[in-house]
Amino acid sequence: MLERGEVANSWRRERWDSLRLLTPNWLSRLPGLPYEGPDPDGYMTTAEVTELIERFAGRSRAPVRTGANVTSLRRTDDGYHVATSTGEIASQTVVIASGACNRPVVPAVAAAVPAAVEQFTALDYRDPAKLPEGGVLVVGASATGAQLAAELARSGRPVTLSVGEHVRLPRTYRGRDVLWWMDSAGVWDQRYNEVDDLTRARRLPSPQLVGTPERSTLDLNALASMGVELVGRWAAARDGQALFSGGLRNVLALADLKLERLLDTFDEWARLHGRDSEVGPPERCQPTRVPESSRLQIDLRRGEIRSIVWATGYRPDYRWLDVPVLDAKGQLQHEGGVVASPGLYALGLPVLRRRRSTFICGIEDDARAVIDHLARHLAR
Amino acid sequence: MTTVTNGVNVQALLDAREALKGAPEAAQFTWRASAKWQEGVHSQIKVQSFFGLGQEQSHKAESSFEADHPEVFAAEDNGITPIEYLIVGLASCLIGGVASVAENRGIQLHSVEATVEGAHDIRGILGADSDVRNGYNDIKVTFTIDADASRQEIEALVAQSQKRSAVFDALTNPTNVTVEVA
Repeated sequence: MLERGEVANSWRRERWDSLRLLTPNWLSRLPGLPYEGPDPDGYMTTAEVTELIERFAGRSRAPVRTGANVTSLRRTDDGYHVATSTGEIASQTVVIASGACNRPVVPAVAAAVPAAVEQFTALDYRDPAKLPEGGVLVVGASATGAQLAAELARSGRPVTLSVGEHVRLPRTYRGRDVLWWMDSAGVWDQRYNEVDDLTRARRLPSPQLVGTPERSTLDLNALASMGVELVGRWAAARDGQALFSGGLRNVLALADLKLERLLDTFDEWARLHGRDSEVGPPERCQPTRVPESSRLQIDLRRGEIRSIVWATGYRPDYRWLDVPVLDAKGQLQHEGGVVASPGLYALGLPVLRRRRSTFICGIEDDARAVIDHLARHLAR
Repeated sequence: MTTVTNGVNVQALLDAREALKGAPEAAQFTWRASAKWQEGVHSQIKVQSFFGLGQEQSHKAESSFEADHPEVFAAEDNGITPIEYLIVGLASCLIGGVASVAENRGIQLHSVEATVEGAHDIRGILGADSDVRNGYNDIKVTFTIDADASRQEIEALVAQSQKRSAVFDALTNPTNVTVEVA
């Protein structure tokens, strides 16, 4: 098992300071390691996640080689050749478990931002104090963008949030964590080959959620109440002006409609499975308040915006992968974790085998299925 | 699922989507219009040919449009104003989207009507106030839809049609425009 840094490296080095898991503690279980602490409904900090993974590494006696950065993986006659920073390895099979969030996605429009405006991505952002005083433009309103916009607004900075398509979720629904519903009602159990539009499902950004001790909801209404100004998707830059889409109203409507449909499926599940008495009465979320008129342009040369935080997604880093198994968009092609190169496998990617695949509690079943296939390959 | 008949060949569109995934060059279309000045601010615009699927294409027949300005603009009113053509395009694009999405979702439509209102401060084009823009300040589309569907499903049709609308995108997002003298 090769680890470029220390065990739980990305949790130690690539997360902002305030981040907590989106999943409640009771759902953050690993094989043989259920949550047994005092706060099952709480959300782990990055330090706690690091500790959990370290504990699992110890308990499972995983043969981890730390400080072994893979620089190349290529096919040989009878398997694979792996070059690492600490030596070379020949292997009949390889499981790629390097994740989907290695590098930030920054749109091309970033190149047109005037030099006086400092730019950050979710991977180099740590806390508000590292940003210059003054206005911040946060681009992207999924989990990352919503969380950073809230934290920057609390730091006293004027925050503008550029909003494209997003997934809205309340933190709790009918008295239960919304992820309890996802888990219990079977949404997360949907298999990759049962999903309507798998490409879309695999590209879906994280929902607007935050893990806080107060279990508060972080939707656009909450952000607007904190004084965050909403603008449309950043469409282009022209002469130092950021130009935003006038289609904000529709992305808000799309998210509200999707949320209503999801809550309908929760209610139907509770009714059909006789669970209504365990939970509170059905609720409906307030529609997202549409700004009277959202600004279509902001002059980036005037000093109103001093910094930009790109919360526009992540992508995997396969620069070391010298096996032709990527699609035209740089994503690994695989069938439920089985890559189209014999003996090559993947784990820990969005909707790898089920909707729960990228959650901590999703790895167990996926790993069993993939390792099962791997063992049969070795036994041939 | 019962068969619905809104008259949209959704299967052909789905097939085209699959085929063009692997052939992005065939997906490159060029739409054309040729306009000719008549007199005053009156022009006549003809549309017939376009390019797509790797070759020249043609509508079955040439369409001709008159554009002018109304009498309150001291013009002859030989046709609608150019900025009205934009909302003509928006309304028809969104209606086409509603029908396609309905067909794909198995929703039978009985009637679909849309009214579009574009709020326009003409001080911009007259140069009367440099702070006023030339184009629309706001556009509002109101749909009245009779279909075998819940209100929520109908709202989802309308939202999805905006999400996949060429004209909605062209109006809400900036586009590079080059104008030159041949």
